[in-house]
Amino acid sequence: MRFHFPAGHNLAFFLAFPLALAAPLGALAAAPAPLNPTDVQSLRQEIDAMRADYEARLKSLEQRLIAAERAVPATPTATAIAPQPAPPLAAAPVPAVSPAPATAAANAFNPAMSLILSGLYTGTTVDPVNYRITGFQLPRAAEAGPGARGLSLAESELGLSANIDPWSRGVANFSLHADDSVSVEEAYVQTTALGNGLTAKAGRFLSGIGYLNAQHAHTWDFVDNPLAYQALLGTQYRDDGLQLRWLAPTNQYLELGLELGRGRNFPGSDTGKNGAGMASLALHTGGDVGDSHNWRAGLSVLRTDASGQELGFLDSSNTWVGNAFTGSTQVAILDGVWKWAPYGNATRTSFKLQGEYLRSTRSGSLSYDTVGANTTDAYQATQSGWYLQGVYQFLGNWRVGVRTEQLDGGSPDYGLNAAALAGTGFKPSKDTLMLDYNPSEFSRIRLQLAQDRAREGQVDNQVFLQYQMSLGAHGAHGY
Amino acid sequence: MTNKRTLLLMLAAPLVLLAVPAHAAVRVFACEPEWGALAQELGGDLVDISVATSALQDPHQIQAKPSLIARARNAELVVCTGAELEIGWLPILLQQSGNPKVQEGQPGNFAAANFVRKLDVPGQLDRAQGDVHAAGNPHIQTDPRNIALVANALGARLQQIDPAHAGQYAQRLADFSQRWQQAMGRWTAQAAPLKGVAVVSQHKAFVYLYDWLGLKEVAVLEPKPGVEPSASHLQAVLVALKGTPARMSLYSAYQDSKPSDWLSRNAGVAAVKIPFTVGGTDGAKDLFGLFDDTLARLLAAGVKK
Repeated sequence: MRFHFPAGHNLAFFLAFPLALAAPLGALAAAPAPLNPTDVQSLRQEIDAMRADYEARLKSLEQRLIAAERAVPATPTATAIAPQPAPPLAAAPVPAVSPAPATAAANAFNPAMSLILSGLYTGTTVDPVNYRITGFQLPRAAEAGPGARGLSLAESELGLSANIDPWSRGVANFSLHADDSVSVEEAYVQTTALGNGLTAKAGRFLSGIGYLNAQHAHTWDFVDNPLAYQALLGTQYRDDGLQLRWLAPTNQYLELGLELGRGRNFPGSDTGKNGAGMASLALHTGGDVGDSHNWRAGLSVLRTDASGQELGFLDSSNTWVGNAFTGSTQVAILDGVWKWAPYGNATRTSFKLQGEYLRSTRSGSLSYDTVGANTTDAYQATQSGWYLQGVYQFLGNWRVGVRTEQLDGGSPDYGLNAAALAGTGFKPSKDTLMLDYNPSEFSRIRLQLAQDRAREGQVDNQVFLQYQMSLGAHGAHGY
Repeated sequence: MTNKRTLLLMLAAPLVLLAVPAHAAVRVFACEPEWGALAQELGGDLVDISVATSALQDPHQIQAKPSLIARARNAELVVCTGAELEIGWLPILLQQSGNPKVQEGQPGNFAAANFVRKLDVPGQLDRAQGDVHAAGNPHIQTDPRNIALVANALGARLQQIDPAHAGQYAQRLADFSQRWQQAMGRWTAQAAPLKGVAVVSQHKAFVYLYDWLGLKEVAVLEPKPGVEPSASHLQAVLVALKGTPARMSLYSAYQDSKPSDWLSRNAGVAAVKIPFTVGGTDGAKDLFGLFDDTLARLLAAGVKK
């Protein structure tokens, strides 16, 4: 039944052919105004174009028919005729007829589905239960640190995507966690036909600020995100809202991104307002240097509001001290990435250098120890962090990576609460070494060693062994 | 206020310099060099072509880098191979381009593989078989008969995109087709001694070339498509070749020649670099040179003097 297509296609084609030819003639006959020579000329050009197009398709159909006839007695499964829908014709008023697929099953329009499976062994010299980043107050549920010790299932990610109609597409990514909970990582609709370099997104999505923020965990070059992301952006900033991106009509890549959102996640919190609790602006540019090098750099600013945001830290006796922050946070990010591959061919060897600097400014009021003293006063803090990492690919399937990073807690102004909250000026830091083996484009096994000095006075030596596998639809990864 | 305006002007000034020059030529974004060369043959001065990849790059593995996003945003026609060859990078490029003209299904999106008969269509889709392409083998450009088919379709598409110059496109297509038919006659005559010659492929990239010339593929060095040849697999190929000897082993310009060189040393099978696309070798300067040089290399290694 495989060779049902060409016959059907030809039939449809021959039915459409006279119609397509007749239609412009009909339009000509009905034209009320006399035709001037330029009209005639442009009509002739249109007809020429149509004729050439039909000739091309006739020729290709003939070829395919011959091929099909040749192929039938030999190996019917070795060759197949692609059910080639006729390209839409600008000149023809009759809609192009395409053959009905022979196997039009109910699931033909199912979204593309992909599944990421990942598992992890974690070993640490200091118990991760008491993990904290000294000098940085985070919500109690923050995903900072190496996670649980021992063997565990890492995040499994289920992704669905498809075009919705000629104007938009939809994407959803669900995360299945090791503790049997499910979260909606992303669920958004995106325009495909706005034009002028504009793309709009609505729903829940990873913010386009910085370089690493918009990348899914399975595309990270290390097991974990840098400390600066953990301490200043809650590991990865995602929000419910709107995004508008505009690509400049220049040969130089220049993209401007604007976002408005609810501002629910750290460093923001639900404020119960009608307006937006988050706004961001990101500007990125990039290009090539010769055949072997390319780069991208950007500057982003994220602003969030918080109201009664529950923050806290573990004090020296590992007791949780809960505080509440009300005010606004501004995070500025400078990001850059440089990639090298000989003649741009990254099949066997390549190098990627990447770095980001994040600076967070929080201002408002802080209530200290909400269940105890509960004293409230003005709060002002400027904190920053950076990381720099390089990943080298060798022997095709192997990659080795190094990352170094540091945070600066600054000297926050706690007002009346200074006595209870002021720190020592300790600067958390971490050094990481990674080696991974990629048996195919769809699988990866990784060993990571790290020395984590996020806790004042404690050095945590960490080892991770991780696998990441990708099933289903072939995902295309961003830069 | 004045200060603010001056600042804005200063920020905007470089944009003017960077802006795409506003001339009438149709901006064509070609995924691979062969389609850039074909669009050049068919469009001449009427098109402004930028080619996304070079002959030294593996077209399966390209990154959606900033320069490509910028060029896709400004393109009026995207000419690619299709058949999933660019699946790892083209979809994201088109999504990020914010350019509705070149989205799939639009006249500005041209996939060459849609216009030819495809070989190696898998009966079964399973990644256990390696990086298989559901639509069939996408490396269609190694058979000049395919180039002729794609030329007809691309000529028609250019006329559709730029109807004001339809006559000129039709003329250029007719001219190209005539030269191409002549060249094919010449190549077919030259290649007659290659018929039935047994060859080894490093990657399954030459099925269309073999189909055209009647070469016989007796072994493939990659155990599965896209999987690097392992020592044990190479040994197995070596043993198999004792029974069915091959004259030469073919690899593409972008590939590492090590596996073919190894076979050359251990089995005396000549390693032949195939330009694979325009620019792959010094001789493959345009589409005609691509086949002239491919044949010259095959004849030099494959025919006993």
